[in-house]
Amino acid sequence: MRVEGYGLVDRARPVRFSFDGQGHEGFAGDTLASALLAGGMRLMGRSFKYHRPRGVFTCGSEEPSALMTVGDTPNVRATVQEVFAGLEARSQNAWPSLKWDALEVNDLLSPFLGAGFYYKTFMGPHRLWERLFEPVIRRAAGLGALSGARDAARYEKAFAHCDLLVIGAGPAGLMAALVAARSGAEVILADEGARMGGRMLLEDEEVGGLPGTLWADEVLAELAALPNVRLMPRTTVTGAYDHGTYGALERVALHLPDGDAPRECFWRIVARRAVLAAGAIERPIAHPGNDRPGVMLAGAVRGYLHRYGVAAGKRVVVFANNDDAHRTVQDLHAAGVRVAAVVDSRPEVPRDAPWPVHAGAVVAATRGRLGLEAVQVRGAGREIWIEADCLAVSGGWNPALHLTSHMGARPVWNEAIAAFVPLPGAVPGLEAAGAAAGVMDTAGCLADGLRAGKAALKALGRRTKAVSLPEAVAEVGGIDAFWQVQAKGRAWLDLQNDVTTKDVALAAQENFRSVEHMKRYTTQGMATDQGKTSNVTALAVLADATGRSIPATGTTTFRPPYTPVSIAAMGAGALGDGFAPQRFTTSDSAARQRGAPMIEAGLWYRPSYFPAPGEATWREASDREVGMVRQAVGVTDVSTLGKIDVQGRDAGRFLDFVYTGRMSTLKPGRVRYGLMLREDGHVMDDGTAARLNDGHYLITTTTAAAGQVMQHLDFVAQVLRPDLDVSLMSVTEQWAQFAVAGPRALELVNAVTDAEITDAEWPFMSCGAVPVAGVAGRLFRISFSGERGYEIAVPARYGESLWRLLVAQAEMLGGGPYGMEALNVLRIEKGFLTHAELHGRTTAFDLGMQGMLKSEGDFIGKAGAARPGLLADDREQLVGLRPVGAVKQLLAGAHLFEAGAEAVRENSQGYVTSAGYSPTLQSYLGLAFLKGGRARLGETVRMVDHLRSVQTLCEVVAPQVFDAGGGRMRG
Amino acid sequence: MRLPCPCCGDRDIREFTYRGAALARPGEGAGIDRWDDYLHLRDNPAGAVRDLWYHGGGCGAWLVVERDTVTHAVDGARLAAEGL
Repeated sequence: MRVEGYGLVDRARPVRFSFDGQGHEGFAGDTLASALLAGGMRLMGRSFKYHRPRGVFTCGSEEPSALMTVGDTPNVRATVQEVFAGLEARSQNAWPSLKWDALEVNDLLSPFLGAGFYYKTFMGPHRLWERLFEPVIRRAAGLGALSGARDAARYEKAFAHCDLLVIGAGPAGLMAALVAARSGAEVILADEGARMGGRMLLEDEEVGGLPGTLWADEVLAELAALPNVRLMPRTTVTGAYDHGTYGALERVALHLPDGDAPRECFWRIVARRAVLAAGAIERPIAHPGNDRPGVMLAGAVRGYLHRYGVAAGKRVVVFANNDDAHRTVQDLHAAGVRVAAVVDSRPEVPRDAPWPVHAGAVVAATRGRLGLEAVQVRGAGREIWIEADCLAVSGGWNPALHLTSHMGARPVWNEAIAAFVPLPGAVPGLEAAGAAAGVMDTAGCLADGLRAGKAALKALGRRTKAVSLPEAVAEVGGIDAFWQVQAKGRAWLDLQNDVTTKDVALAAQENFRSVEHMKRYTTQGMATDQGKTSNVTALAVLADATGRSIPATGTTTFRPPYTPVSIAAMGAGALGDGFAPQRFTTSDSAARQRGAPMIEAGLWYRPSYFPAPGEATWREASDREVGMVRQAVGVTDVSTLGKIDVQGRDAGRFLDFVYTGRMSTLKPGRVRYGLMLREDGHVMDDGTAARLNDGHYLITTTTAAAGQVMQHLDFVAQVLRPDLDVSLMSVTEQWAQFAVAGPRALELVNAVTDAEITDAEWPFMSCGAVPVAGVAGRLFRISFSGERGYEIAVPARYGESLWRLLVAQAEMLGGGPYGMEALNVLRIEKGFLTHAELHGRTTAFDLGMQGMLKSEGDFIGKAGAARPGLLADDREQLVGLRPVGAVKQLLAGAHLFEAGAEAVRENSQGYVTSAGYSPTLQSYLGLAFLKGGRARLGETVRMVDHLRSVQTLCEVVAPQVFDAGGGRMRG
Repeated sequence: MRLPCPCCGDRDIREFTYRGAALARPGEGAGIDRWDDYLHLRDNPAGAVRDLWYHGGGCGAWLVVERDTVTHAVDGARLAAEGL
């Protein structure tokens, strides 16, 4: 119910929303939880395992119970979700309805469903677990379900940098931010609430002579006006990472109907210093029946009153072990809410109050099916039942120190407040302040925040501007540690995972005595709330069960994220096209216009083939394109190959060191094929080195390895051979380069170059500058097809124009463009290599290129390649394959066996790396690695592909099957 | 994690590629044991390490980074071209 004169919601702005299909009304500024509570709703969900009725337990992000599905998002905390017009919320884990849940039967079975029940119960055959037990359990247990539909909403990610990140905008955080901001530091103040002010919004306190909320608003107004401050409300700092990096989740538009704004934004904030002022989280006392809707934390009951003007019940009983909870009593009483009883576990509590006080007493039981109806108070040797619809419980407060544990540190026990406090220096650059550091009074929090702000400024080397400390409440309430009521019945710890004190005792009894074991055995603290309200109490229960002190029992650590982070926000922008960068050649649109299907080659997209009218399959197109190159002329875009400009006095010597061959003896205007090894002697990449001038080479890499080779060359130049004068530059994207291949290639080249190209001046493996249609271009006479071949390069901005010109001219010569399929067949016919063969486990010896390793002078991989094991005769060596039996198909990936041997792994003789149909030779051709292959030419082997059920008898042949002498490309 | 690039300043880890321990390459003619050591054998210290990182998403420099595998502290980074 609403209480007149209380709350920060805007009563002039009602908001209509629905819960389980029923209309409800709240006010602007309400959360789903506060609006439902205001409407008298206590039942908000069903528990994970036993399907017990559950209500709201807290008023913050630590909420374990009131989880709902909002729109298409499951497990939304009703205490965090703000209401907006049209919001649709549904309850979870209940069927057919929240009030009548069929699986409530689980609660009756609870004696059999305790901690570890499935370890003990489902010991049957393994198959039964997968087929029967697991599906049944999964259906019975659980919270919200995903819709299965693609999330069409928008998400964002962003980066921010600052001098000081202040986490939490309560009294401590505001003071730290204020002093840093006034002193000129770049400050980010992040708070998970929709409205900043922290605990000030939930209390009736004065700060600096003003109501606490007004004081907070004044500070916030000053901060908002400063250019060096960024205020980030609705932003939860979820993780602390190395070197001042913090993750934070901003709920950008979750409080609005779906619109243009992204729902959430995941921030990476880099802060030179940080102050953790995240406050404290109240903990309950474990007593039987403490999970009924209506049982709430005392500070939350007080918070709903002050923040939302909501009384959580009409007759409230308060049960506590500390003075702070008595403020709830006073505030409820002042607001006209009936306090039916105050139950304090401490014997020495003043009894002269206008409400019944039971000192040295406990709540031993509760009653009420779908909500609390009465509590049983036990004290002074008697038990009485007191009617109540709300039980406000407090077992003390735990500092919200989670972020200080994110880098592995464990917090330390502080006996005075009966709670863990942060280990100082646990996260470099981050300091806890205020309640997060165990300071439990407002005046202390203000002072501690100011101190932490000044300390940060000092570390940043900044002078501190004066900030005066406002006056505030300075009394710290007393507390006597009290964790659980010893009485009959189940007392809950983890409300979200349905863990009871009995489960923890059972874990201890079964020798899961370490806190880490207990946690995993009982699942305590492993739900989406990570046990924020229950972990310390569970620890105390374990300590009790094992006869140890709490510090001796130890604690689990906290890991990121502090609160759940949607994967959609972390991966924002990385779905579909955003998954990886896309690189397009200059001929891309021209290729697509011709209907060429594009395939990925690394990050690049290359045409698979260029379909012609009447062609029904890719094979028809590929066969035609191969024939075109062999008989007339073809054009293909080879710009994706890596191009690295190598310049300097020692460029030749440098290349001698990275290639197996000798490049320093290459004459200007000449090109040489080269092999690069890794230091372990295996082949890294192959390509060409063209010497453009004395101290100027241009080398090419394969498309796939361009980045790796660039990094490798940088490594060699900077780390291994800093003595050499050489400069490297990737120019892959600066030059568009097209291969022109076929018997009529020279005619086509002459159709586009301004100077006449002749065989006398441009023999095989020559290169040089050439004007192309008025543009300074380059010509290389090299071939990857086995035909007379040229590659013409022009600055990338002329690429598309030259491509269109080349294709048009080629078509006049009976040729045209060809794609990757044809390119692959052409090179398989020639036994030329790609990364199907250079896959990282092959050596020059395996490839039959041992002769390319120079004997004079050191080079990368020389020593590695000479290792005896890499030169053994029985290694798998490159061979060609041709089908000789009835089955004609060859498939890459298939394994090779001796003709009569069984096709099992132990008998594998090698494998096929590349295969394709050669229209030139009217046969499938393959390249393969075969044990001792070079000595087995002429043998018949059996290719077996178990996946595609193909078996083919093949003859082992030399890798080069077409024009082995190379006469066609030398011209 | 952030690394202090001598050319670019403090930069996010995602701009860098890790290679491994900063080791001197054996000279020409070194024995096979020496090469085996260089290629395959690594210490795995809990504490101070010196390793090579490539600032491929930045200036392209290879760096020698001194850091601590226990505390994650980075003590500094310098250009590998100036010597390991």
